[in-house]
Amino acid sequence: MIKLTIDDKKIQVEEGTTLLEVAQKLGIEIPTLCHHQALKPYGACRVCLVEVIKGSRVGLVASCTYPAEEGLVARTDTKRVKRARRLSIELLLARCPTSEKVRELALELEVKKTRFKEEEEECILCGLCVRVCEEMIGKSAISFVNRGADREVTTPFKIESSECIGCGACAYLCPTGVIKIEDVIKYRRLDFWNTKLELKKCKICGRYFIPLVELEYLKDKIKSFEEIELPEEALEVCPRCRRKILSDKAKEFIGG
Amino acid sequence: MKLKRPSDLKKARKAIRLRYDPEKTCVTVCCGTGCIASGARNVAESFRKNIDKRGLRPRVNLRITGCHGFCERGPLVVIYPRRIFYQRVRVEDVKEIISQTILKGEIIERLLYVDPTTGKKIICEDDIPFYKKQKRLIFGNNGRIDPTKISYYIALDGYTALAKVLYRMNPQQVINEIKRSGLRGRGGAGFPTGVKWELCRQQKEKPKYIICNADEGDPGAFMDRSLLEGNPHSVLEGMIIGAYAIGAKEGYIYVRNEYPLAIKHLQIALKQAQDWGLLGKNILGTNFSFKIKINRGAGAFVCGEESALMASIEGKIGEPQPRPPFPAESGLWEKPTNINNVKTWANVSLIINKGAKWYSRIGTKTSKGTMIFSLVGKINNTGLVEVPMGISLRKMVYEIGGGIPNGKKFKAVQTGGPSGGCIPARLIDLPVDYEKLTEAGSMMGSGGMVVMDEDTCMVNVAKYFLSFTRDESCGKCTPCREGIKRMYEILDDITKGKGKESDLKLLKELAEIVKDSSLCGLGQTAPNPVLTTLKYFRDEYLAHIKDRRCPAGVCQDLIRYSVIKENCIGCQLCNKVCPTKAISGKKKEPQRIDQKKCIKCGACLEACKFEAIRVE
Repeated sequence: MIKLTIDDKKIQVEEGTTLLEVAQKLGIEIPTLCHHQALKPYGACRVCLVEVIKGSRVGLVASCTYPAEEGLVARTDTKRVKRARRLSIELLLARCPTSEKVRELALELEVKKTRFKEEEEECILCGLCVRVCEEMIGKSAISFVNRGADREVTTPFKIESSECIGCGACAYLCPTGVIKIEDVIKYRRLDFWNTKLELKKCKICGRYFIPLVELEYLKDKIKSFEEIELPEEALEVCPRCRRKILSDKAKEFIGG
Repeated sequence: MKLKRPSDLKKARKAIRLRYDPEKTCVTVCCGTGCIASGARNVAESFRKNIDKRGLRPRVNLRITGCHGFCERGPLVVIYPRRIFYQRVRVEDVKEIISQTILKGEIIERLLYVDPTTGKKIICEDDIPFYKKQKRLIFGNNGRIDPTKISYYIALDGYTALAKVLYRMNPQQVINEIKRSGLRGRGGAGFPTGVKWELCRQQKEKPKYIICNADEGDPGAFMDRSLLEGNPHSVLEGMIIGAYAIGAKEGYIYVRNEYPLAIKHLQIALKQAQDWGLLGKNILGTNFSFKIKINRGAGAFVCGEESALMASIEGKIGEPQPRPPFPAESGLWEKPTNINNVKTWANVSLIINKGAKWYSRIGTKTSKGTMIFSLVGKINNTGLVEVPMGISLRKMVYEIGGGIPNGKKFKAVQTGGPSGGCIPARLIDLPVDYEKLTEAGSMMGSGGMVVMDEDTCMVNVAKYFLSFTRDESCGKCTPCREGIKRMYEILDDITKGKGKESDLKLLKELAEIVKDSSLCGLGQTAPNPVLTTLKYFRDEYLAHIKDRRCPAGVCQDLIRYSVIKENCIGCQLCNKVCPTKAISGKKKEPQRIDQKKCIKCGACLEACKFEAIRVE
């Protein structure tokens, strides 16, 4: 166990706990943008910065990536911390002035408006979409391209992705809502990724419900879990019909 | 031939030295990249042909060497044993050099270097002030070695340190020696090398890796390149010793693909070291084995940052990772890794051979040894210079650099690459070491040194460096990606006469916070050019903002060209060179510049021989 102090509150935590997790345990609020508990810490947005005091050295670190260390003293409320967090959010506000999430956080950090020329970007480059696609879905269909001010997220060569399965995890995690997914009759459109995928028709109700490639990917995944035996037709029907079959079976069982 | 024990190495050295009679005439032609660019390859080829044609082979050796450092004067030819130094040698000079100097021992006056301060011609290489004031411990052998032949390196005591380490020292003793020497990382951050090695050695996890960082990316910097091209074995020997001390079996050299000659010479050196039993399995007959792979970088500046470099070797996008964990704990493929710069590795054998005590006497209290700088910009003697740490900027600029060309006034020197700061003329007596440069708001970096004269606009300089870091930031973290872009925007406005006084406050705030809150060294240092120019050259910013005037006459939107009627004789040369036909007038009468058509390219100013063009 490691002993450390955040904002004068002492605590003991397991090795490998990040300062952000420690703060959460202590009920200390730290804003985040690029962090998600299911994904590896990334340390890019810099709004979770805290001040760390180690001997004579005082410095700002990203709390989402910095591990708890024995005897460490951290502060989340100093002028230096606030100043740095505010500038990062102000810079993002200038980049994405219409983003709800950014505006909300800016208000929280008392940034009323940006002093920089406003742009019309919608993506804050937090990388949640890229990381969920790689770490959780295992596809890496999207990635960062270009460097510096030209950085963006897209598919390889910005053309239709041959890897995307249309699962929508990226859109689900996107804090700005710029990744939109739309099912139009028999296709799933992921315009942000220049990708359109054909959907599977439900055997029972005829509704289109899942991209064919996603279905194949799921079947493959399921094969690797030996303990799960799924009836062949289970994936041929949409979730709504599947629920209906199950509830009918249950009714039968209970005798209702 | 595989060397199996230290005595084999000694015997081999003896045999090589017998073959190279030091009294025999030897023509060395510098074929470093700088001299190649000015035609050295053809000069060397002409020497080869003419020596053969005249049947001089038995009496005269020809040696193609790496960079001597005095690139300004290339192609360079040095004739041993007298060390006669000929500069700017052309193919047409070769026959004369052979017939006059080599056969008759006569000096060709016109090829000699003229000392710009005394006006005297200098014959011997060692007497040239550019070389005389240097301390060329690491770089000196470049001019004496044919980098494609291991025998030259061995003849100059090469691999002696390795033999000493393998047979007479244990790994901890090697680390202690490096620690005692005070050697610090030459890549820029200046972390004590011995401490770094020890941290890596102490890790239980295996395997361990060592890396040579040769991703030299600073504009105008080419010292790592020249070392790899000119003396690759000195770097390899350092790496092998480091691997022994740390306990690594595998190493990487991460070198830019834009350095084809360095890669070629490294490949040759690796092969030869292996053939001689100095690399690979059972080095010098011991149980110690170590191999080195070359990894070519694809030209991203940020890949010089250690964590981005390792990501790149792993085949990932070159993006820095937060630390901790440090590479010593979890580096390449999450294994303990030690990464050092080319120059750091090249220092190792020197320390082992001559001892930590000897080494630690060179330099200042906190910065030991020598440092290689690439001295460029508005300076007479452009080139690579190696000097003891602690030397003053004045000595660098005026004694080694030979002062500022065309009698212009010295204004500032920028050290440490694009992320370094600008040090003003009034701090010219500042000793150059890690601490003093940092105190002045700049940094050592990997040794870039750009000299600026009175015609340099400091706002424009800051803007130039910011445009570089803006493009080369990886873009991962917000302050670096967005902050540098915004600083650039503000600077751009100022240089275009659209700046406000409040911009300076905002610029300072941005610079301070980007420095404080960025993820890696790139963002943490990129604001240095802004902070130092704001600190030392605030009046220039104010002139741009308040008076809409660029004092150095550089910023195009703030200047106008006009003809000084009294001086103009109407030769119409300006008229002819003007690309937009903005200049008109009759022959032998003063010309006129149409401001609407003028694009402020400065062609007229350059062409005019009568100082009749005014820049306001």
